[in-house]
Amino acid sequence: MNIDGKIAIWKDYQKHIAADKYFYVRSCVRQNFFPGSETTFLRILREELGKDVYEHPCHTTCTGIGYHGDIVPLDTMMTVVARQFALMTEAGYENLVPSCITSFGIYTEVLDTWHHFPETEARVREYLKKATGREFKIPANIAHASDVVYKFRNEISAKAKYKLVNQHTGKPLKVVEHIGCHYSKMFPDKGIGGAEYPYVLIGMVNDWGGEIVDYPERRHCCGFGFRQYLVQANRGYSIACSHKKFESMQPYKPDMIITNCPGCPMFLDKWQYAIAEMEGKTYGENGQGIPVFTYEEVAGLILGYNPWDLGLQTHQVSCEPLLDKIGIPYNAAEKYDGVNGIKLGKPEKPAVLQCV
Amino acid sequence: MVDFGYKIAKDRQIDFDKNDRSIAQYVRKHEPTFNLCISCGTCAATCTARQFTDFSLRKYILLLRRGENKEVIENIHKCMLCGKCQLVCPMGVNTRGVIYRIMEMCI
Repeated sequence: MNIDGKIAIWKDYQKHIAADKYFYVRSCVRQNFFPGSETTFLRILREELGKDVYEHPCHTTCTGIGYHGDIVPLDTMMTVVARQFALMTEAGYENLVPSCITSFGIYTEVLDTWHHFPETEARVREYLKKATGREFKIPANIAHASDVVYKFRNEISAKAKYKLVNQHTGKPLKVVEHIGCHYSKMFPDKGIGGAEYPYVLIGMVNDWGGEIVDYPERRHCCGFGFRQYLVQANRGYSIACSHKKFESMQPYKPDMIITNCPGCPMFLDKWQYAIAEMEGKTYGENGQGIPVFTYEEVAGLILGYNPWDLGLQTHQVSCEPLLDKIGIPYNAAEKYDGVNGIKLGKPEKPAVLQCV
Repeated sequence: MVDFGYKIAKDRQIDFDKNDRSIAQYVRKHEPTFNLCISCGTCAATCTARQFTDFSLRKYILLLRRGENKEVIENIHKCMLCGKCQLVCPMGVNTRGVIYRIMEMCI
């Protein structure tokens, strides 16, 4: 094999990720869907890795959810994005780290548009100046939060208390990795591994001891698709996508799913309940589902964080069987204890999908 | 079972490995001009049966090539074998022959 040639080809699939001084922008929906994930990301970066991560209190939505839902016009979206850049410039940061895959896609799309159409950038700068009096610099580096965790995966692995290994059999856990569509399907050169070989989650899973499952519908969308889900009449298409993926992955008996998008874990998790109710079918062991995690939750788990601090009690599919497989201790009695010991209330158990 | 107000949409993926393309293969073998069809739709535009039903030879050839035979089997008998489609076909497909071979397999 010609290694030089291989390295030259793979250059197209590499990406520069800043090493420190991040301007972190949260997702609109993740804080509701998987509330522990972003907190865990900040905890890992600040406490475990000693990085400088700044959050601006005036940061707003990037408008991606409305833009892809066809209700926010392009110019509005670009002006809001310009405002986020202005906040970053004012705070003295240059490395933008969005938590959301769609935000990452939006920022990438806007910068690409401005690169090809400088007059559009000038127009948006004028809009922003007139509306807010602000000015901005183009970010030096944009990396999705999963890129940052990928960059420090070895450091996280070195500090890990657990591995993605089944303690009963000693074999690596079979992990399905699901990359959000807006990560690299729109701009392949902006994602690690491009659209064909997205490596961002594979790198984490391999380094943390797990084994990746390669199944036919691996690159299929989770089904969120914005309009597909937001309009009730279209939700049949949304759930059909997740259904197709589950049918495709089930024969490989995956132990868990890891994702890097706000929507994907939500739909891959919750649709398992809906499919069970509609068709009476479940995809995990013993009538349970396949547990779905964000990459921050998985990083937190192997670092030995309390599963309930990671927000795993908000998942539809119970995570306890997987915790037992890895050998992570947890206190079942504290599952629904919120911050300061306030009881969150216990959810009703579904009729078909077996939950702990 | 809970009624969510929607159902899992039927999959529209055309799986050439699973679909039954035996009818298309039979027609292709016995009436090779079947291969010449470019799906222009001239046959359907001139079809008398098409004036009164949803019969469309263009559509049925496409479905047979995909191995989606159900609709073809249900409708092919609507053809009266008048041959007007054969007169107008720009590719010289023996459309009557094609329909006759399909009928052999379906009826």
